[in-house]
Amino acid sequence: MNISEKILAKASGKNVVHAGEIADAKVDMIMVHDLTGPLAVEAFKRIGVNHVWDNKKIVIILDHQVPAESVKAAELHKMLRKFAKEQKIRIYDVGKGGICHQVMPEKGHVLPGTVIVGADSHTCTYGAFGAFATGIGSTEAAAVFATGKIWLKVPEAIKVNVTGQFQKYVTPKDLILSIIGKLGADGATYKSVEFAGPAIRAMSIAGRMTLCNMTVEMGAKNGIVEPDEITRKFLEGRTAKALVPFESLKSDADASYEKVVDIDVTDLEPQIACPSSVDNVKPASEVGNVQVEQAFIGSCTNGRIEDLRLAAQILKGKMVKEGVRTLVIPASQEVYSQALKEGLIEIFTDAGAMVCGSTCGPCLGGHIGLLASGETCVSTSNRNFIGRMGSTEANVYLASPATVAASAVTGRITDPRELEASKA
Amino acid sequence: MKVTGKAIKFGDNVDTDVILPGKYLVLIDPKELAKHAMEGLDPTFPEKAKKGVIVVGGKNFGCGSSREQAPIALKYAGVKCVLAGSFARIFFRNAINIGLPVIEHKDISAAVDNGDELTVDFEAGTIQNLSKGKSFPVAKLPPFILEILADGGLIENLRRRLNKK
Repeated sequence: MNISEKILAKASGKNVVHAGEIADAKVDMIMVHDLTGPLAVEAFKRIGVNHVWDNKKIVIILDHQVPAESVKAAELHKMLRKFAKEQKIRIYDVGKGGICHQVMPEKGHVLPGTVIVGADSHTCTYGAFGAFATGIGSTEAAAVFATGKIWLKVPEAIKVNVTGQFQKYVTPKDLILSIIGKLGADGATYKSVEFAGPAIRAMSIAGRMTLCNMTVEMGAKNGIVEPDEITRKFLEGRTAKALVPFESLKSDADASYEKVVDIDVTDLEPQIACPSSVDNVKPASEVGNVQVEQAFIGSCTNGRIEDLRLAAQILKGKMVKEGVRTLVIPASQEVYSQALKEGLIEIFTDAGAMVCGSTCGPCLGGHIGLLASGETCVSTSNRNFIGRMGSTEANVYLASPATVAASAVTGRITDPRELEASKA
Repeated sequence: MKVTGKAIKFGDNVDTDVILPGKYLVLIDPKELAKHAMEGLDPTFPEKAKKGVIVVGGKNFGCGSSREQAPIALKYAGVKCVLAGSFARIFFRNAINIGLPVIEHKDISAAVDNGDELTVDFEAGTIQNLSKGKSFPVAKLPPFILEILADGGLIENLRRRLNKK
């Protein structure tokens, strides 16, 4: 079995499961946020049971519209706080958490070998820790609140074997954009994407999270990385729970994969997903002269401390180009605090960027930093769909934090290595 | 279970941001959501869908965000069923869970023109294109999914099952 099959077998009380089989899995943790939670709570109340199955296994995180930008959002937040209080469920409120997919592992809610579902498509991020994690809708979340179980078809798996060393200013974001460009927006639909190989073993948790986060952009059910010492080091001090032996979370040598993709990152260039599909990917050097009005560094894909350090390295001592609104949004309160300690926030503000409190923000066009018609944004987020960041006549280009920072300086989409070369 | 309606066609990779833009996610009332269904591709869609239509998509219909508000907006705008070459997995589950039937058939887009009158029979597993006088088989939905749809959604289904115990 591969790692995903092993986790689903255990969760459904079986010794072995195979792709295609339906696993009736026990859920170890479920998360809902402020845009999917209210529907889940309403649906839960309609089921007619009084209490959730296990209030220690449910987490509510306010992140999409925080702080509340409208009375409507404020009412939704109020409703979730009330539900959390009634059911004694852990809630991360304004100023206490941040973006759900960053907060969940930071606060020790993501453990290797567990089954995690979340009412958000990017729940697949937690695969970076060797968990089987997948996105669901609000109604299904309500059903899990009541029963603690979910049926899942055991997915076919694609193995992505990564070798080589990244060049300076080339990042895991560039790798995942390049993979999505190759496999297509539906290239992994219903499937598991397992990342393996020496370049993954050498990669930080932050990088692994970026990879797993975007597997849903090619339709995947989950992305996953076998846990190792890097995983253990991240989790240390974040959870009091005993970890399962990582040996039990390794894919067997004879595990079956529908497909194996080999990638050497040595010659990988910075990649850009052009409007308005995430698989419309080109090297930065081939996008031509694309002027930008906004640059956004943040989101559950690229708002971590490692991402901010990289952007700060490029922005230090420079000013963003006149006419480029540059937004930097740390993924969580913890990341914000760390960025303050390291002096990164000062670098951003001195460069003329606006630093906002932890929120999903412009990524989904619900709250702050929306685009007008005819405007273009270069963004470290995960989707460039029509209307994603505001006007249906705006354009979004997806890139790494290094590329977005470099583009903020020049005012056009720029390979960060080009900026470095012009400095020399 | 059978539905009949005129087809409204869309292309490949119809994502949930165009089905229901993020700025409307603070709306809770399904009727309010319905006013913005498909706004990213065709703002006149709610008017067209009023009488009851069948949406026909290409591959990867419903990709992107897990927002259940997307299938809810379609259902309350008047969509009786969505047929597509393939579906993104969360949209597929969400649609069934809120009681909106969805059927996958890889050639459906090529077999239907905008405005064709279609009848879909879920139990028999057939799609009839009445305008073209053609009928073709599709995979039958499994009994537990038909049961959820017949109950009107997962919550209603769960309520019935849990209260039976």
